[in-house]
Amino acid sequence: MTRNFKSAFFSALLVLAVAYPVFGLKLEIVGVNLAVIGASTTTVSVIIAGAIAMFLRVLFNEQITAAWRSSPNLPVVPAKASNFLSLPSTQRWIILGLVLVALVWPFFGSRGAVDIATLILIYVMLGLGLNIVVGLAGLLDLGYVGFYAVGAYSYALLSHYFGLGFWICLPIAGMMAALFGFLLGFPVLRLRGDYLAIVTLGFGEIIRLLLRNMTDLTGGPNGISNIEKPTLFGLSFERKAAEGMQTFHEFFGLQYNSINKVIFLYLVALLLALAALFVINRLLRMPIGRAWEALREDEIACRALGLNPTIIKLSAFTLGAAFAGFAGSFFAARQGLITPESFTFIESAIILAIVVLGGMGSQLGVILAAIVMILLPELMREFSEYRMLMFGAMMVLMMIWRPQGLLPMQRPHMELRK
Amino acid sequence: MSRPLLEVSGLSMRFGGLLAVNGVGLTVNEKQVVSMIGPNGAGKTTVFNCLTGFYKPTAGTILLDGEPIQGLAGHEIARKGVVRTFQNVRLFKEMTALENLLVAQHRHLNTNFLSGLFRTPAFRRSEQEAMEYAAHWLEAVNLKEFANRTAGTLAYGQQRRLEIARCMMTRPRILMLDEPAAGLNPKETEDLKALIGVLRNEHNATVLLIEHDMKLVMSISDHIVVINQGTPLADGTPEQIRDNPEVIKAYLGEA
Repeated sequence: MTRNFKSAFFSALLVLAVAYPVFGLKLEIVGVNLAVIGASTTTVSVIIAGAIAMFLRVLFNEQITAAWRSSPNLPVVPAKASNFLSLPSTQRWIILGLVLVALVWPFFGSRGAVDIATLILIYVMLGLGLNIVVGLAGLLDLGYVGFYAVGAYSYALLSHYFGLGFWICLPIAGMMAALFGFLLGFPVLRLRGDYLAIVTLGFGEIIRLLLRNMTDLTGGPNGISNIEKPTLFGLSFERKAAEGMQTFHEFFGLQYNSINKVIFLYLVALLLALAALFVINRLLRMPIGRAWEALREDEIACRALGLNPTIIKLSAFTLGAAFAGFAGSFFAARQGLITPESFTFIESAIILAIVVLGGMGSQLGVILAAIVMILLPELMREFSEYRMLMFGAMMVLMMIWRPQGLLPMQRPHMELRK
Repeated sequence: MSRPLLEVSGLSMRFGGLLAVNGVGLTVNEKQVVSMIGPNGAGKTTVFNCLTGFYKPTAGTILLDGEPIQGLAGHEIARKGVVRTFQNVRLFKEMTALENLLVAQHRHLNTNFLSGLFRTPAFRRSEQEAMEYAAHWLEAVNLKEFANRTAGTLAYGQQRRLEIARCMMTRPRILMLDEPAAGLNPKETEDLKALIGVLRNEHNATVLLIEHDMKLVMSISDHIVVINQGTPLADGTPEQIRDNPEVIKAYLGEA
């Protein structure tokens, strides 16, 4: 009991020591000086309440754990439901449902909702692409955003210097990113786990710094602006078409409405995301998809069976990067402005979080996680500075509650004849 | 008799100052079962690793059907038909038994990207054939009912059998088993013995075996090589080995 009391006391003290400077003190500008100002009494009382709660929690740790264990209706997903949800056939139907919702979404949602949905679709694409590298091939890649940047800058530069359109640049951007993926693949062939993560992290940063410092070519920190938006078979969605082009609303004799552009961009994103979903879904069921998973499971056994690990790894890196390239060129087209600061490490971290949160290797999981990860920060805007804190709390809770991810996928069940 | 399928001579492997394998030679003829025995740490697995390209031997030649293969990468040697199992089972644990067997057929499958993307008839046919071949071997090792179980959840003996079936998927010319009976109970060892017999008689497999279970070794081997402290000690038929005084002293123990 004394030991419990002691640790409870120190836990409470720790809460005070951490929370008071962070929440309780505020810096404010008084005239020309900075002054430290104590927080309001409500904040302080919340902190004290938190400390007391912590004290009680640690003091009665054993009783609480026992009560928790014995209570029959814990908020845990029942095994049966969990099993049903992770069946490949169920997941296929859910994906189909989601696609239908996505198709009608822009015609009912508000402009802001469609905008956010477009952003989500970009991350779905990125998540699906990274899922190949991390979820399937088991190669921890922390520099994925580098390929995203390569794709975005490929389109931006080609459009800026050569005036090429989005639809021509899309495959080029994908190929450029794939080429970079291939080139990165070579030096990291021998690496696994932590070492691989560090090298790829460095690679992502190198690309960002290159873009930032090659001022003559890329515009440096200012980035590239006025990137052309995609067109529908040559029809522009701007109010006034450029020389020799027609606008969408003139062609169809409609009133100009800027929402048309937003919806069109959304539909392009949806098209790209669906294409990625389809291609990766097929890849999974191809020999190369199985080889990726085998590589994740045991590289030595792969070699003993005559599978060339070099080719398998390079193909994973290359294909994964290609999808980031597609997403990147769309991102550049949508934003109209890209700077190197759009491609910082936090982006890589978010994409990786999407893959891990979704349940490694599961496509539906990745889609749901992308929705959660992009939507939550948007919904929590009111909490402004605390939203990263909530984000962290959510990740910790996930690790406790569902370490396998939101919706992991079961192995496919294959019927044998005879 | 034509030339032997596998001919190893003067094989040496040095790790820094340690000479782990010193001048080992062995000959495996087609459809033979050859065993390698010796005390723990004698260098048997090192020989295996050299033969399968996981180590690059310091000296010596390895001829597969007259063609030198020493120094090639592991997957290249495997493609030439030298396929091995591991002392500690190395299955793809998160994948199903069937998928394990499909992965092993990678080289024989249609890996064309576009044909897989659009599921062309040729692609479907090749996948179907792979499934049937896998089913055939699952039956042969008595694991058909577990086809869709993840490999990691199988019992140890079943995992061992699955690993052998996985090797057979690659249509090997020579199958190398590293202590296949380790950790098996007497009944499972009997099954294993029967399985090796089936492999040889019905599937024309050539087997190179490392094993400590003397009953098993003596009953199925055509030829035995004894290694002690990295050097070859004796070489002969099971009867010759059983009566060789040096082998008895170094390994078998005196009765």
